[in-house]
Amino acid sequence: MLEIGLGHYLTVAAILFTLGVFGIFLNRKNVIIILMSLELILLSVNINFVAFSHFSGDLTGQVFSLLILTVAAAEAAIGLAILVIYFRNRGSIDVDDISVMKG
Amino acid sequence: MAIAALSFYVFAFITLFAAVNVIFARNPVHSVLFLILSFFSSAGLFVLMGAEFLAMVLVIVYVGAVAVLFLFVVMMLDVEAVASRKGLARYASVGGLVGGLLLVELVLIVGGRVGGLPTNTAAPALPIPDMAVRTNTQALGDVLYTDYVVLFQTAGMILLVAMVGAIVLTLRKRSGVKRQNIQKQTLRTIDEAVELKKVEPGSGL
Repeated sequence: MLEIGLGHYLTVAAILFTLGVFGIFLNRKNVIIILMSLELILLSVNINFVAFSHFSGDLTGQVFSLLILTVAAAEAAIGLAILVIYFRNRGSIDVDDISVMKG
Repeated sequence: MAIAALSFYVFAFITLFAAVNVIFARNPVHSVLFLILSFFSSAGLFVLMGAEFLAMVLVIVYVGAVAVLFLFVVMMLDVEAVASRKGLARYASVGGLVGGLLLVELVLIVGGRVGGLPTNTAAPALPIPDMAVRTNTQALGDVLYTDYVVLFQTAGMILLVAMVGAIVLTLRKRSGVKRQNIQKQTLRTIDEAVELKKVEPGSGL
């Protein structure tokens, strides 16, 4: 219990990942929450990478975690930009409305 | 050791608590604030694992930039705070099924091997240097600009493309806005600027 091992960090990351997936399914009203759930999922992946890096004494995991952070930031920026123009055109960001592709 | 374990549990609990609240908060602004809390406490987890540079990047990039971006969009879009919860039960059942399955699978993978998680017999490709000799930031910089320089440059290109894309997507020309047109001003000639009128006496213009 007092010795924190790899399994502890992996468990936290697994729960975080599951929460992210659950959030994507749960929020049908607000696309922003879905984007935030995606951020949670990416965060859990980062925790996994850093945990494996730490417990196997290899720096590679941290390098890749840095790249994931970059991609996640780019994804958030693009996603929010799309959201803004969608809201400008349609006046709502309901997920149920977005399922219609025709503009 | 006890302090480290205690900090792990505190940070992990706060991270998960905030993540739950991100999903279930009724007000999107609260969701964003809980997302910030979640990122902040997982930065604490990173520090516990010795990844100090990543922890600071997480705080600067996420808490400082991405979360503020989210907050900005949430407030700009003027989404009504009262999200109707009518379809909640239906979606919760599907989401609970998928999420529960995922969790069970992940626990089976992690828990099934907890006794003997990979002991990594092979020598690490990039051994982490002793923190007293070379700090985490220096060690990351050593490999980031040498072994992984291509990936590093690619990450920069991705950010550039994302920036251009976001600007192009949200830029719009408003009609009816009066702007200064410098070319038009400098190309103005005396012919179109001054008009001579012959005024007849006693008749006005």
